[in-house]
Amino acid sequence: MTDILEILLSASFWAAAIRIASPLIFATMGELICERAGVLNLGIEGIMVIGAFTGWFAVYSGLPLWWGVAAAFGAGAMFGLLHGTLTVPFGLSQHVVGLGITLLATATASFTYRLALPQVTSPPRITPFEPFPIPGLSHIPVIGQALFTQTPLTYAAFVTVVLTAFVLYRTPLGLALRAAGENPAAVAAQGLSVTAIRIGAVVTGSGLMAVGGAFLTLSAFDSFFFEMVNGRGWICIALVVFGAWRPGKALLGALLFAAFDALQIRLQQTPIGTLVPYQVFLMLPYLLSIAALILMSRRATVPAALMQPYNKGER
Amino acid sequence: MRLEPIPHPSTLRRTAPPLIALATTLATAMALAAIAGANPLATTLQIAAGAFGSKLAVLETLNRATPLIFTGLAIATAFRAKLWNIGAEAQLYAGAIVTVLLGTGAITGPAALPIAALAAIAAGALMLLGPVLLKTRLGVDEVVTTLLLNFIMALFVSYLLEGPLKDPMGMGWPKSAALIADARLPRIIDGLRLHWGFLIALIVALGVWVIQTRTTLGFEMRATGANLTAARFAGMPVNSVLVKTALLSGGLAALAGWSEVAGLKGHLSADLSPGFGYTGIIVAMLALLHPIAVIPSALFVAGIFVGSDAMSRAAGVPTYIADMLLATALLTMVTAILLTRFRVVRQ
Repeated sequence: MTDILEILLSASFWAAAIRIASPLIFATMGELICERAGVLNLGIEGIMVIGAFTGWFAVYSGLPLWWGVAAAFGAGAMFGLLHGTLTVPFGLSQHVVGLGITLLATATASFTYRLALPQVTSPPRITPFEPFPIPGLSHIPVIGQALFTQTPLTYAAFVTVVLTAFVLYRTPLGLALRAAGENPAAVAAQGLSVTAIRIGAVVTGSGLMAVGGAFLTLSAFDSFFFEMVNGRGWICIALVVFGAWRPGKALLGALLFAAFDALQIRLQQTPIGTLVPYQVFLMLPYLLSIAALILMSRRATVPAALMQPYNKGER
Repeated sequence: MRLEPIPHPSTLRRTAPPLIALATTLATAMALAAIAGANPLATTLQIAAGAFGSKLAVLETLNRATPLIFTGLAIATAFRAKLWNIGAEAQLYAGAIVTVLLGTGAITGPAALPIAALAAIAAGALMLLGPVLLKTRLGVDEVVTTLLLNFIMALFVSYLLEGPLKDPMGMGWPKSAALIADARLPRIIDGLRLHWGFLIALIVALGVWVIQTRTTLGFEMRATGANLTAARFAGMPVNSVLVKTALLSGGLAALAGWSEVAGLKGHLSADLSPGFGYTGIIVAMLALLHPIAVIPSALFVAGIFVGSDAMSRAAGVPTYIADMLLATALLTMVTAILLTRFRVVRQ
């Protein structure tokens, strides 16, 4: 027990938790925006992969880091446009299309990587984002190191949450977007296009998912591996449910989840780690996600029109 | 412009989607080859020859298609009832683990093979029972739970292979001990590298077709998938239908694990399945969820993989072209199905 307490009291632990949370925050906000508009985006896992690859590849090719982030957003948005076109006006199964997008995006990343770098055995590195201590705030004990000595992309993740919440709840656009996910007929009655709103949401959301992927290659690590996303996208879908489709609660979920993840990594180094096989620790994040889904199932406030295609004039 | 439903699509419209998907796949193969700086036509022919061009190639493709028929059937069964089982990978490994547990000496004699198969089916069915009960009882979405179970299962297999199931004679390789001869699937013809798993897969496909089209359960599955509310209103025990669908689907996926261990590999390793569970989704969708059509669909998908491997060694186009082609085929197929159900009307 003292081991756990010692870990929980250290600033480096909380700094790690926030670092681990950052890609999840971007991707969870992306998925949340899609789902609030009524579209389940199972392309998330593959879009994170293409984001991780595109961001890294752009920087590896000589572009500045922020251009890498922009390139990742663009690549994600492209796959989002494909997803949105197939699921919204065509009304195809969001499950099948989403899995197809995941497959296509993952394959595109692997194919392009091998094409561009046929011979490499160890993945080439880039210079990733450096931590940027915020003047003044970074000197606060514990919190300063945990919250205010992160890379700029982590700060951007938190800004994204605030922006998402603001747009969703404080602007006419957000109202229309939420209505498209709850009662599309009402949106159409206002003279707005449900199709345009939903496609816009999927494109923007997918861009954010890709930035989440890019965080892995541009901030957390410095190179691209095929297996690096490793189910994070699926976990983000669980986080949206856990957060009851609200940005603030989803952020809390991502932080909680990341804290557990950081804890299991550290517990592996303690005496507990020698007693329990390491695979059990690695299973914890996935088990935790399932537990979160079960826990929240009773209080689910699913957008009423989630996964319901909308055809004007059809009742 | 808007889409207008067609009540009775013509034969042409109904046969068009697979042909459109095939044509797009071919066009994509050529385009990708050109991007990679290879001769488009030659590369495409090399893929075809690598898959079906020689006796050895055909046998390799049939071997690769065998687990895909099982996982394809598993997905087709589940998706027909709109039960989104994305966990065939985990169910496959559940079947493989049980096959190794029973097949390495726990049971001997001629009963070893069928008992291992039945136990594998039970293990796969159990793997999906949890998610389906969470769905019917608590409304927990099965997509995420089945997906996450794949990751949990992969870690569990890794633990087993480094611990309890590790082969003491394995020279440190993370693999299990080999199955005894009684538990192994024999080859169909001596000297030909093709085991009985393939024929069993064909028979099972026929069985699934009979269940889907000739039994009450099959009718209830289709009704539940077509319109859950209507099926419930008609008095169908929708939840129990979903549970039965899950047991069948999980069992089918587990047979893939059983057949790979008992027929091909002879032991369990972490790389037993290069994603057969996920690829089963493509197989099932290309077959439009029809159990018999799963067979040619699995052969096509297996052919793309085997052919791309062979082509990649010769022409230097990355082997990931296979995944690109299959993703393209899947997305074009589901889009082309619209042709069978709708026509575009100009207003």
